Amino acid sequence: MPPLTVYWALVRAGFRRYSTYRQATVAGATTNVMFGFLRTYGMFAAAAAAGGVLAGYDRPRLATFVWVSQGMLATINIWGPPEYAERVRTGDAVTDLLRPVHPVWQLLAVDLGRAGFALLTRFVAPVVVGALAFGLYAPARWSTYPAFALSLVLALLVTFGCRHALFCSVHWLLDVRGPMTAWVLFSTLLSGMVFPLWILPEPLPALVVYGMPFASMVQAPMDVLVERGDPLRLLLTQAAWAAVALPAAVLIQRRGERKMVIQGG
Amino acid sequence: MSAVIETRGLRKEFVVRKRAGRFRRTRHAIAAVDGVDLRVEAGEMLGYIGPNGAGKSTTLKMLTGVLHPSGGDVRVCGFEPVPQRVRLARGIGVVFGQRSQLWWDLPLRESFDLLRHIYRVPPSEHAARLARCRSMLELDPFLDTPVRQLSLGQRMRGEITAALLHGPAVLFLDEPTIGLDVVSKQSVRAFLAEVGARGDTTVVLTTHDLADIQRLCERLVVIDHGRVVHDGTLAALHARYGSRRRVVADLDAPLDRPVAVPGADLESTEGGGARLTYALDQPPGALIAALAQTGVLRDVKIEEPDIEEVVARLYKDR
Repeated sequence: MPPLTVYWALVRAGFRRYSTYRQATVAGATTNVMFGFLRTYGMFAAAAAAGGVLAGYDRPRLATFVWVSQGMLATINIWGPPEYAERVRTGDAVTDLLRPVHPVWQLLAVDLGRAGFALLTRFVAPVVVGALAFGLYAPARWSTYPAFALSLVLALLVTFGCRHALFCSVHWLLDVRGPMTAWVLFSTLLSGMVFPLWILPEPLPALVVYGMPFASMVQAPMDVLVERGDPLRLLLTQAAWAAVALPAAVLIQRRGERKMVIQGG
Repeated sequence: MSAVIETRGLRKEFVVRKRAGRFRRTRHAIAAVDGVDLRVEAGEMLGYIGPNGAGKSTTLKMLTGVLHPSGGDVRVCGFEPVPQRVRLARGIGVVFGQRSQLWWDLPLRESFDLLRHIYRVPPSEHAARLARCRSMLELDPFLDTPVRQLSLGQRMRGEITAALLHGPAVLFLDEPTIGLDVVSKQSVRAFLAEVGARGDTTVVLTTHDLADIQRLCERLVVIDHGRVVHDGTLAALHARYGSRRRVVADLDAPLDRPVAVPGADLESTEGGGARLTYALDQPPGALIAALAQTGVLRDVKIEEPDIEEVVARLYKDR
């Protein structure tokens, strides 16, 4: 196992790598802000129709839910391009295998660096705009802040693990577009990115929030932040999904490597 | 001498499915590498060549632990490449001419610094190796340029540096000069020749550019249809495949009848008979003497056998 300094260097490289695309960062943050307004007014309309509170979320909580989840979108990279799958398809993944670091941990470290840069830019921009335009919910308990930070890291790990496992399907399929379409569909509807999952009819909310990994990517961190539900249960659910997703990614990677045919000789 | 690379009966099969009806598919196993035995000693420079699809790159990928062999034994630097790939990675450097191990978005200097951390190279060793590469490969003008903005020649010099910064015992080069201009090729070849001359790095070079082999490798392994068809020196390859010298004679006036000497075949006539080219199976003395006796011989040139021609003949005879 390489020492932490190796991973730290990869984290820094990931940060540096993404920090070179400044115009793309501005464009992405602008898009997040635009959709933030759309989602907020939609949520407020739904809350008004429900008598002011929607599934336990009042207006400040809904605004927080929308704007912080808009910031999380790029931070956890839930809909980012399937870079690893593309590297396998073109054959460039061969270089990932030739380094003295396990490819999954190598990619995770780089992804953490990318997330660090996204946190400072793509996360902060929508949250600031949301706070200025609508006012956000201020947590009542101080412990909510570290709990949210932990929840965000766990969301990142779950998302990375699930996405990498999905990308590894390219070893068998040679093209990941089909699985990616399914991913976008499920992660959009079942993560809480479009609406809080608790508005679904019973018994779907508990099933989706605890029984599927998608809610651990967005819904759980949002509920921790707006202090809806038991934060410990949410964090444990996320940790459990991270403990499933990451080993699954490693296992599927290993199986995929046995199938690997480096394209183009 | 100790072997740093040793394979016995190394095989790699790929399964190909073919249509055998409207719904049926049949599976065919195709051997890309079919029982390769290889022993490479420390410090050797080995040329590993073959036609497209012969199994060169597949062999290299099995030696570096990227591909699982279908059969046979393989050890590189004392490791089994696939199960011990991460440990092996410390002892080898790899350049794939059509792939990049550099970080596309970062300047070359930052890629090198990152590799220092990944391979856990002491700063002083890293600095010494980088200084040598900077000087020999003339990296300084583009050291702070993002890799995505480098020309192919600049990137390849960066790739070779990246492969050597951790001081590997074995350097695998898969078509390192592909697509490079003449100057860049010369620069890369000169550097690799210096690496080979130091004797502390074993080099395995796969290429279609036979000038690379002529310039760099004493030993040549030719692979075809996944099997080794030649393992020896270049001279041995010429001897084995009957490479022929040529004599090119320039005459003041065309001859009525071409000179005929046993073992010398008239290959071509140019300039209305003023230039004759003979291919020889034996020393050229008798032919030159016969040409001199014609009284119109102005100039004569002896051409050594060409490796391109030998290898082309070898590939055609498949």
